[in-house]
Amino acid sequence: MTQRVMMTGNNAVAEGAIASGCRYFCGYPITPQNDIPKYMAEHLPEVGGVFVQAESELASINMVYGAAATGAYVMTSSSSPGISLMQEGLSYMLGSELPCVVVNMVRGGPGLGNIGPAQSDYWLATRGAGHGDGRCLTFAPDSVQELHDWTFEAFGIAQKYRAPVMILGDALLAGMSEPVRLREHREPPPRDQEWAVGGLREGRQRRIVNSLWTDVEVMEELNQRIAARFSQARENEVRWEEYGADDAEIVLAAYGISARVCKTAIDDLAEDGIKARLIRPISLFPFPVEPFREWSERVSRIISVELSMGQLIEDVRLAVEGRCPVDLVGHSGGVMLTPDEVVCRTKELL
Amino acid sequence: MSETRAGHTEAEALYHRPAGLTDVQMRYCPGCTHGTAHKLIAEVLEELDIIERTVAVATVGCSVYAYEYFNTDAVQAAHGRGPAVATGIKRASPETIVFTYQGDGDLAAIGLSEVIHSAQRGEKMTVMFINNAVFGMTRGQMAPTTLVGQKTTTTPLGRDPEMSGMPMMICEMLSTNPGVAYLARETMIDPKTVRSAKRSIRKAFQTQIDGAGFSLVELISTCPAWWHKTPLEAMQWVRDEMLVQYPLGVFVDYDG
Repeated sequence: MTQRVMMTGNNAVAEGAIASGCRYFCGYPITPQNDIPKYMAEHLPEVGGVFVQAESELASINMVYGAAATGAYVMTSSSSPGISLMQEGLSYMLGSELPCVVVNMVRGGPGLGNIGPAQSDYWLATRGAGHGDGRCLTFAPDSVQELHDWTFEAFGIAQKYRAPVMILGDALLAGMSEPVRLREHREPPPRDQEWAVGGLREGRQRRIVNSLWTDVEVMEELNQRIAARFSQARENEVRWEEYGADDAEIVLAAYGISARVCKTAIDDLAEDGIKARLIRPISLFPFPVEPFREWSERVSRIISVELSMGQLIEDVRLAVEGRCPVDLVGHSGGVMLTPDEVVCRTKELL
Repeated sequence: MSETRAGHTEAEALYHRPAGLTDVQMRYCPGCTHGTAHKLIAEVLEELDIIERTVAVATVGCSVYAYEYFNTDAVQAAHGRGPAVATGIKRASPETIVFTYQGDGDLAAIGLSEVIHSAQRGEKMTVMFINNAVFGMTRGQMAPTTLVGQKTTTTPLGRDPEMSGMPMMICEMLSTNPGVAYLARETMIDPKTVRSAKRSIRKAFQTQIDGAGFSLVELISTCPAWWHKTPLEAMQWVRDEMLVQYPLGVFVDYDG
């Protein structure tokens, strides 16, 4: 077992990518994720990788598209306004069945917003891979260790489903330091995918990476293929954590940094004799429906605790299917939740 | 086999489809020079023996199906993003020869930033820029390269510089960019200009093979459909109008 080191969330993401075999990174500056490109620019050349600073997020994601088409592990990172600009590229990648990893360190919005911590890109991630019928497989770590681990794992998941994978963090996780046990570096895998272009063809059939299908039947087949992969992801990639009382009377639903706040709140509530349980979705899409379905029959209500004006709550309600009330405790625009606030609001709603 | 003339036999092919093209029938209009441009590029790929290590980047416009026509690996890019996609391919697979095939809407309007910055970085890629002064596939709107006074569906009285500015001179603009290793403007309206265009296309790909930097050939092209001209009138309009606005020549040659 390797020793743990202190690292920021941003650096842990970058190191996780390199350890996983990512050798290509294209990005454009935006706070609060600037330490990711900084780390990549410094360390990718040491392992024979390439860092390109793009002229915009539009260019970043399209460079990622090109590198991904060669079968390489490739990543970009940004924050909310930059992720908006990448939506077109994500749609093309999904339509062309190309894997990549995109990290979004979410900041306050809408518009230019601010650089405070927020979770207001939940819909953008889980509903949006741009236009068309797609979405992003989305994972939401709640610690620096998990940022490292999920970035490491994300490349394999992206390859398995031939789709973009989004790591959803926030300004606070990006900047805070925690101890991390680092992954062993592994070599980049061979680019032997049957769809990868470039290199020397050596007599093989030519290959085309494309999302244009004017025959509507063929276009629908692509959409069905993508949907089938998402169904497969629902079978295999759903992850969540539960924390707190086994005989809880109330459930808090929260992911990422909000879940960290809720863990403290649940401990504080226990001291006051209130039995609460946290269900923390780690995979946001595919969403962990099962624990919410199960607990909705056992508790008086569920509270969605999030740094947005009610986005996660929609998935919770879909999972609960009306079996119990679901309320929102949220802040937005860069304002942080406190455990005390969660405790007070929980007591009010109980 | 009987001798016919000049020592050729009947069975000997004097002209054939270049190996760089597939056997797919192109969808271009009569009198459009996309076909000529495709043929010249395909001949160059064959002559330089790089078909097997080339990735074509098709963009958005009439040439969107270029990935069906070039007998190479191909990637279809979002509108204007071809040079960014090509950057990704080239950086991740440096042994690959990469070229984009872009019209004036794709390159000079929505994709201007990508082409300028790819040039600025000196990306070792080749850009084929088809300038026919109009958006073709979307039915004849004004492009950045539309001539002053030229009627399009969005300049029904003719392009007015007060309203829409002056034509965009891509080669002149890129000629001061230090990342550019080869830059030329050609046309394809008679055998002489076609031969000259092929020389520049060949030089542009050779530039990439030599690893010298970014190369681009602007091909002044025809659009009889949206110029509302016959193919012959369109060729004449290139000579009389387009070449006045867009003088031909080699702007940058790293080894010239």
